[in-house]
Amino acid sequence: MSETTSKIIKIATKKRYKNKYHWTDYFSYFYLFLGVLLMFGPVVWLGLSSLKTLAGIQEYPPTILPLSQIQVDVEGYDKPLPIFNVTQEDGSVKQLAQIKRIGINAKMVDPLNPGETVKVPIDKREKIREFKIQWQNYVDPLRKYDFLLYFKNSTFITVVATIITLIINSMAAYALSIYEFRGKNFALVFVIGTLLIPLTIILVPVFYVVANFGMINSLWGVILPGAATPTGVFLLRQYMLTLPRELIEAARMDHASEWAIYWRVVLPLSIPAIAVLAIFSIMWRWNDFLWPLIVLSKSEVYTLQIGLNAFHGELTSQWNYVLSMTMVTLLPIAIIFAYLQKFITTGIASTGMK
Amino acid sequence: MENIRNQTKIFFLRILNIPFAFLMHAIDLIMWPIQKIIGVRNMPYIFLLPNLIFFGLFVIIPLGANFFFSLSSGDELLFAERELPTTKQYNQLFDCESYLNPNTCTEDFFWRGVYNTIFFVVFQVGLMIFFSVLTAVILNKKIIGRGFFRSVFFFPVLLSPVVVGLIWQWILLKNGAFNAIIESYGGDKVSFLTDPSWAMASVIFVSIWAHMGFYTLIVLAGLQAIPPNLYEAAEMDGTSRERIFFRITLPLLMPNLLVVFILASIKGVQTFDEIYVLTGGGPGTSTSLIVQYIFTTGFASSGSVQNFGLAAAASMVLGVVLLFLTLMQLYFSRNKESKHQEI
Repeated sequence: MSETTSKIIKIATKKRYKNKYHWTDYFSYFYLFLGVLLMFGPVVWLGLSSLKTLAGIQEYPPTILPLSQIQVDVEGYDKPLPIFNVTQEDGSVKQLAQIKRIGINAKMVDPLNPGETVKVPIDKREKIREFKIQWQNYVDPLRKYDFLLYFKNSTFITVVATIITLIINSMAAYALSIYEFRGKNFALVFVIGTLLIPLTIILVPVFYVVANFGMINSLWGVILPGAATPTGVFLLRQYMLTLPRELIEAARMDHASEWAIYWRVVLPLSIPAIAVLAIFSIMWRWNDFLWPLIVLSKSEVYTLQIGLNAFHGELTSQWNYVLSMTMVTLLPIAIIFAYLQKFITTGIASTGMK
Repeated sequence: MENIRNQTKIFFLRILNIPFAFLMHAIDLIMWPIQKIIGVRNMPYIFLLPNLIFFGLFVIIPLGANFFFSLSSGDELLFAERELPTTKQYNQLFDCESYLNPNTCTEDFFWRGVYNTIFFVVFQVGLMIFFSVLTAVILNKKIIGRGFFRSVFFFPVLLSPVVVGLIWQWILLKNGAFNAIIESYGGDKVSFLTDPSWAMASVIFVSIWAHMGFYTLIVLAGLQAIPPNLYEAAEMDGTSRERIFFRITLPLLMPNLLVVFILASIKGVQTFDEIYVLTGGGPGTSTSLIVQYIFTTGFASSGSVQNFGLAAAASMVLGVVLLFLTLMQLYFSRNKESKHQEI
């Protein structure tokens, strides 16, 4: 035990440079500590708060853990009343329930003796809390509102769009990496060209095309416009260029059709690149906002992102539901990140795309 | 145990493979006769076709149609019902007594958007690159828990704009966590999102928070590409760390930073979603950027009439800016590659 502790201390205090601490070392750890607080804090805070009651969320200054004030039923009052610890004039502490707050005073009643009420200055009382997790925040919106439907729509779009993207992009990449043919360079430039045209500058005409196909307010109107991604074609092409040509020649000798070579030889070998593209595509689709916002205007076809935004717009005060559904929205991506972190970071570092 | 787990994994993969293989065999039934007819040489065109159809339909045709929309007038989306040709949209967009004062313009919304975008991009990109480099340099050091810290800084990149917007809207509320922290240190409450003089700063902050990790990762890759023997030599000579940073790290990182800078500008100019969720462009127009203008003019159903032509014209203007930035990026990244080859 002591050996490992001393080892840990030794590693922790390891000096890199001339056996001396440089001011940058202290600064680094300070910066990283602050960074963790600022980067990770909001999400942790969101997770904890999504388990609070609405009153607990609206409390100011806020508590960190999902604590809520204990309430008791008092005879003669319809609603349960919150209890406080009240410091009496003689210094002793008594538990009283609050009926009403009037300015700096609170009208309070002893739960054991509901007959008489007392006036207490508000700075003399302190809330009594208990640790209580509000699972209701997660259950209610799924039952009362359409979040289950939004979740289904989002999942459908993500899965179908990713499958289409993977198939057509890998087909194009296969053609552009394995074959030599007339117009290959033109096709390559064409693909690069589309990389230069982001959706934001062709919003109106893409909407026009989608409207012409009658895909407004349909999930297909969200799926199809972004299915062919130039980044995807490039990523896969770069990978397929590294595959040994002998394999393809051998398959051709065995009279495999070109399509069979594609799906039986090239696709299985390109799995690492396909996995990276799949993760990216899932991320793009799940998080997509601007395009679905334009195409989907009926609540039956809302995705989780659009639904959450609309829900927040309509019911600004329901922060408990908004927070829990925000958690539901970010959870799938967080889980994917936790499992496939390495794929994502190396994918980004090697392609420079997001 | 490990063995059993692997076997179940393989089993499930095989099951997943069944529909895939079925589909692929079915497609082969169509592809095989095609190959017989057109020959192996022409097969790549068949493979390219679906992707090119999608590109054509949703990128190339729209790009052409954008000219059409911006050069025609009318409230209809259909081609036949629009009047051609007219420069009305561009005239309206650029109708200003003084370009420096948005209030004198017919489309004051657009010009406010332009100036807000310039302000936003300058500060967001500048600060973000500063912090990305700082973070990357620190993460490049031999510190404990490097992987952990790296994922912490990267994590927000994966969050959707709605999630980012809602989290921060809630934290920056007047009775939110941020104000509670400020008050506990004796400061005064600030209305981060509803005070016009604070809203832009808050939006820039949130945007940096959300995107910094991505650029940190790219800068980190650039740092790791610097040959370690340079550092070793400098250490041998007893060079101070500050000097090492300014004389070795920064100059060698420069080409990389230029590309990052332009990439961030391209993304920054197009910012829309987070701000839309966070402030909706408000209060007033203090955080509304160009894409917000395009969206509101072309699609937002409430309030004014949809004006596709004006939205298309505004996106053409945005397109010119982006084209310029992209060409710069291509130029610099090519330069960077040739420099690397020299080394």
